[in-house]
Amino acid sequence: MAFVNYLSTIAVPVIILLVIAYGAVEKIKVFDTFIDGVKEGIQIVIGIFPTLMGLFLAITLLRESGVLELVVNLLTPITSLFNIPKEIMPLAILRPISGSASMAVATDIMSQYGTDTIIGLITSTLMGSTETTLYTIAIYTGIVKIKKIRFVLIAALIGDFIGMVASVGIWRFLS
Amino acid sequence: MLNIIWPFFIIISIIYAILTGKVVEVNNSVFESANETVKLTITFFGTICLWNGIIHIASKTTMIEKLTNKLGPIIKFLFPDLKKEKEVQKEISMNVVANMLGLGNAATPLGLKAMKSLQKLNDNKDRLSNSMAMFIVLNTASLQIIPTTVIAIRNSLGSQNASEIIIPVWISTVIAAVTVVIVTKLFIKFWK
Repeated sequence: MAFVNYLSTIAVPVIILLVIAYGAVEKIKVFDTFIDGVKEGIQIVIGIFPTLMGLFLAITLLRESGVLELVVNLLTPITSLFNIPKEIMPLAILRPISGSASMAVATDIMSQYGTDTIIGLITSTLMGSTETTLYTIAIYTGIVKIKKIRFVLIAALIGDFIGMVASVGIWRFLS
Repeated sequence: MLNIIWPFFIIISIIYAILTGKVVEVNNSVFESANETVKLTITFFGTICLWNGIIHIASKTTMIEKLTNKLGPIIKFLFPDLKKEKEVQKEISMNVVANMLGLGNAATPLGLKAMKSLQKLNDNKDRLSNSMAMFIVLNTASLQIIPTTVIAIRNSLGSQNASEIIIPVWISTVIAAVTVVIVTKLFIKFWK
């Protein structure tokens, strides 16, 4: 556990070190480039703000009205079968559908249950290790105007499911 | 997609709240949600901008090219039909590397370009080829090395160690990615 924690903690500093050293060796204007990247980052954050605002509204309403609880309780037979905490189910359902909606749900779950509890850690791992499957399939098949997608959706959803089970399993094992 | 889900969620929630007598909670939550969004966005601002700056440096070095070359053998295994198509192989590798570095803005255009090239090689233009199927499935697996978004969220909520999840994310990603590759290979073999 301590070792996993150490590796996780050192990953970001090591990558920053590598990238900046690499840039310096290749005589890139490292600082100017950094500034350009940050400027681009500002655009990204500003761009996502309206979407987040809309989705936070929807997610908060779902939670406060009791709808979320209702759905989660309906899913309990399935989740207990795979030993998945029911609290993460809203995320598991929305994750393949919408990136920003799952971001809002993940935030909501972690502010309810804490970031460093097992629920928070599973939520983070699930969020980090899966993608917006349906959106990805939609744009990649859309660009070539193909409707016959064969087994792609099934294969991708199997991957999402395995990612979810793995996220839960890892933290059950580590804690 | 959100044009369908979003109104659905809101309508259901409000009707359900009225029926179950939770109007006060719902009313309070409307404006609370706006505050929450602003709070999250402010912390986000820091993490996302900082990381984007670092990754921008990486994208200006020869790092991406070198990583792309290293992927060669893996790409050959994943896309046996593209043995002779060096150009498409390169487009696919660049998309994978951009995904790994979390360069979402660069990864998607590269990926779409690769899809168009794959379509040129496709015998049946209204059906995904085996290579296209593998490529899309690969893109639905999250290959990002540093899960920046999650770390930003964890930071904004006051986590003791926001990066704690990196190695677990890698393990989970690898398990999921290996599974989808195997599943896709099997489907390619047996799905007619």
